[in-house]
Amino acid sequence: MQSNTAAADPTARYYDLHEHDHPEGGSTMLGFWIYLMSDCLIFAILFACYAVLGGNLAAGPGPKDLFDLNLIALNTAMLLFSSITYGFAMLAMARGDKQKVLLWLGITGLFGLAFLSIELYEFQHMIHLGATPQRSAFLSAFFTLVGTHGLHVTFGLIWLVTLMVQVNRFGLKPANQRRLMCLSLFWHFLDVIWIGVFTFVYLMGMLR
Amino acid sequence: MSQDHDTQHGAHSHGDHAHDSGAHGSLRDYVIGFVLSVVLTAIPFWLVMARPLSGETTALLIMAFAVVQVVVHMIYFLHMNGKVEGGWTMTALVFTIIIVVIMMAGSLWVMYHLNTNMMPPVHDMRQMP
Repeated sequence: MQSNTAAADPTARYYDLHEHDHPEGGSTMLGFWIYLMSDCLIFAILFACYAVLGGNLAAGPGPKDLFDLNLIALNTAMLLFSSITYGFAMLAMARGDKQKVLLWLGITGLFGLAFLSIELYEFQHMIHLGATPQRSAFLSAFFTLVGTHGLHVTFGLIWLVTLMVQVNRFGLKPANQRRLMCLSLFWHFLDVIWIGVFTFVYLMGMLR
Repeated sequence: MSQDHDTQHGAHSHGDHAHDSGAHGSLRDYVIGFVLSVVLTAIPFWLVMARPLSGETTALLIMAFAVVQVVVHMIYFLHMNGKVEGGWTMTALVFTIIIVVIMMAGSLWVMYHLNTNMMPPVHDMRQMP
């Protein structure tokens, strides 16, 4: 049939009469990965800003006056724990165990919430000391970089709760599994960014 | 025609398989990744908090630990390898790394020279009233 059409009218050859099979969500994971890469560029720009502006204290408080490494270590632990508990949720999903998925997602959410609370406490403490984003270029760059990461975690948490409701109501159907895998990439990606934050902002800041 | 269809189907199911094995990982992967991450996080924190080494060595070491930990996360948590999605995720990652390196190196290089060439001589703001 295809050859008949082609013989009758040569131009028809260029039309894709038999469209390839595109299963629903077949390209979602790659697309989401490319989104994450673009997000990576946003963070790279913010890291570059911090690297350039981080030394401009304008006679204001510097990293050594403001950062408490014990708190940052605790924060890092929270995010790391939330990463492995999300991993356990993915393993439970592979087994099709809905209750375990919900349990591990819940625990992940609590660790994420703990991370955010500690970060907000830190910000509030800094602002209380007069170290507001307006104080110096260092502080503007700091709040933008760390705040953007915190904002990502916040949206990750909203997404996590949404998915818990979805999984609870509709079960582990393929669409929900796909969504959980996207959030898995997002959540682990945020942990990767946090490695950069605690190394370049907090640890290097204490060395300066 | 039917042969063509078969090849396509074969390629597709192969893609699905690689996709599946790449997406979940195993308990072993997660535990190895977690233990490595804990070690690779604890050492830099200890280096900075206890300060057994000089500042410069410490800085180089913690950067090296960060790079290793990012790779560990990529492999054990994000399950990256050259086969997922027919290698396209790896291609996107390599492209992003190239862009990031160009941008970071360029920004730091330009701004460093701008600072050294344009700044007025030492003008310590701390000593101003």
